[in-house]
Amino acid sequence: QNDGCRTLPLSMHVGFDSLPDQLLKKSIKQGFCFNILCIGETGIGKSALMSSLFNTNFEDSPSTHFLPSVRLRAQNYEIQESNVLLKLTFVKTVGFGDQVNKADSYLPIVDYIDAQFEAYLEEELKVIRSLFSYHDTRIHVCLYFISPTGRSLKNIDLLTMRSLDSKVNIIPVIGKADSISKTELQEFKKKIMTELVSNGIQIYQFPTDDETISEMNAITNGHLPFAVVGSMEKVKIGNKMVRARQYPWGIVKVENESHCDTIKLRRMLCTNMEDLREKTCAYYELYRRCRLEKLGCKDVGPENEPVSLQEVFEAKRLEFFLEMERKEEEIKQRFVQRVNEKAAMLEEAEQQASMPVLTKFEHLMLMHQEEELKLEEKKKLLEDEIVQFTEKKAITELIQSQMSVSTHVVSLKTQELQKVSAGA
Amino acid sequence: PHAGPVESKKEAAMSELVPEPRQKPVVPMKPTGINASLLGYIGIDTIIEQMRKKTMKTGFDFNIMVVGQSGLGKSTLVNTLFKSQVSRKSSGWNREEKIPKTVEIKAIGHVIEEGGVKMKLTVIDTPGFGDQINNENCWEPIEKYINEQYEKFLKEEVNIARKKRIPDTRVHCCLYFISPTGHSLRPLDLEFMKHLSKVVNIIPVIAKADTMTLEEKTEFKQRVRKELEVNGIEFYPQKEFDEDLEDKTENDKIRQESMPFAVVGSDKEYQVNGKRVLGRKTPWGIIEVENLNHCEFALLRDFVIRTHLQDLKEVTHNIHYETYRAKRLNDNGGLPPMTVETEENHESNL
Repeated sequence: QNDGCRTLPLSMHVGFDSLPDQLLKKSIKQGFCFNILCIGETGIGKSALMSSLFNTNFEDSPSTHFLPSVRLRAQNYEIQESNVLLKLTFVKTVGFGDQVNKADSYLPIVDYIDAQFEAYLEEELKVIRSLFSYHDTRIHVCLYFISPTGRSLKNIDLLTMRSLDSKVNIIPVIGKADSISKTELQEFKKKIMTELVSNGIQIYQFPTDDETISEMNAITNGHLPFAVVGSMEKVKIGNKMVRARQYPWGIVKVENESHCDTIKLRRMLCTNMEDLREKTCAYYELYRRCRLEKLGCKDVGPENEPVSLQEVFEAKRLEFFLEMERKEEEIKQRFVQRVNEKAAMLEEAEQQASMPVLTKFEHLMLMHQEEELKLEEKKKLLEDEIVQFTEKKAITELIQSQMSVSTHVVSLKTQELQKVSAGA
Repeated sequence: PHAGPVESKKEAAMSELVPEPRQKPVVPMKPTGINASLLGYIGIDTIIEQMRKKTMKTGFDFNIMVVGQSGLGKSTLVNTLFKSQVSRKSSGWNREEKIPKTVEIKAIGHVIEEGGVKMKLTVIDTPGFGDQINNENCWEPIEKYINEQYEKFLKEEVNIARKKRIPDTRVHCCLYFISPTGHSLRPLDLEFMKHLSKVVNIIPVIAKADTMTLEEKTEFKQRVRKELEVNGIEFYPQKEFDEDLEDKTENDKIRQESMPFAVVGSDKEYQVNGKRVLGRKTPWGIIEVENLNHCEFALLRDFVIRTHLQDLKEVTHNIHYETYRAKRLNDNGGLPPMTVETEENHESNL
């Protein structure tokens, strides 16, 4: 434990024995957080017990039996005793045990406890964080209320406690214990403890390592589960107002240890408050470990050398980044491919659309050219005929001027010529 | 007129050394509780005893570093503070040992116990500081050592399966020894404190104060305080960490009147007025170390050990370490957010 350092004697008083006081001074200024979770059926006396435990009035309206699912209600109180400021959070289940199908009843409770761990873990993982002023909402102790049937634990009790015993300190209590006689109570307690052990349910054991409280704690461990009675009202006994329940046959005094274990529970909670908080930290570490392992983090690398969380996160981020890059590339490729396909399609269509136009034009061109040629030929023929006719006309006129006598023949010829020229 | 290269370099260095404001954390809303008054004694106040017992069982770690030129009485002072041979000097160090060529960091741990309180005290000596001809950057090995301790702690803290109690080797307090020249601080003093006051709690002390008269002492202290202020050096207790008015008034008095403590150290005892006291014997009288009329050793001791020891640790843990951690995580892009659905979220955004 001393890491190879030697112990040195002090020659005079130094003054660091004031260290615990220096440390406590800060805690006293800030106050202490303590969070209690009470699980129990509607009407079993959760609020009454809390009021009795802290001897104050935690006012709360009674809840209905007709809630569709289990909910949790949290209330914050600030309690001052001498120089200690206690920031108490009292969380209780609402609607527990009321549903016809109770298979999921424990789930909201587990979720709530996990949510508080999660919130703490989130704060712890922030880059800029303020853990020293963080209001701790993690549940430090869970009081599980057992119905005073006098027989045994119910299935829902076993189911719920089993789902919670690795997450929170469980202290089982028997609610409304004034409805059981003393002898029945002893039997009932024994039965419950045997059932818890045989079902492997871990409940909170009061620590027995410190000599000053180990004896008391050992005895108290034997009193579990605590048979509690709570009361919001006070009854006048003699000239004092005492927290009690008044029946026609007598008065059950909440603070009388021979009547019930409420004071024992109070004493145990107060003297072991710090231990309960410490054990909650251990449950938190377990939660944190599972949570981080689920994210794929490891402390030890492939060759069994220690890997820092930082490195693991870096590796994971790199992996993730590469994966993203790959996916991006893939999508890009697909996009390019589709574009190419579309372009090819368009090109083809364009070609098809543009081909007829071209041929038609060419066709027309050809046709025109042919017609032109034909017309040229015709023109040529006609020009030739005109030339012939002009020649003939010239000859005829010559003959006419030579043979003015034989006009008949000439006129006939002339007529012929005229006919020919008219016909041309 | 154009400033020469030397001058502009100094200016650049000055501007870089203006302390940048520390990023304050977002403090999550605390639920306001209903005030419930108790109608009788419950026993909640026993939690104080429970916590006290717990701390006594686990014990405390305290790591103190001494920095200053050779011969200023660092080892003697530390021995006097803890009334024990805790310094390197007493653990086999030879006075004839040569001054090292570079600054060395030597840490020695001891366990001391008083009144049921166990303390693991580590004294970190820095031989070679300020003793070379060229002392440029001689604070670097020291800054490196301090950051290495933060790194060690961070690595442990970030483990999946981590220890219940992480061993704390971080430097909680750095005593810086100022030479009693009577004039002003030396450039080396300013350089060191400027660089290191942002990473560790620095408590400046004026060494070998028996060489100054009362007037000289008061004047020197005033001048030193002024110089530290002008240079923006925040020594412990830093103004920005005063939590409430009570702290502020108490610390203001210390900051503005007592500090820097002018100290004299000794591990020899002499008989004065029928009492055995620690002191230094000179031809002109015996200087009593714990006599407030002679020097301020008792003030330093009370300050460091009896009232502010836990606070020194807390400021180191809650402020200096957190600053280091935040910088470290930011440099690496930070830790990814907690939800397991991170990757799915990113995919859907694509």
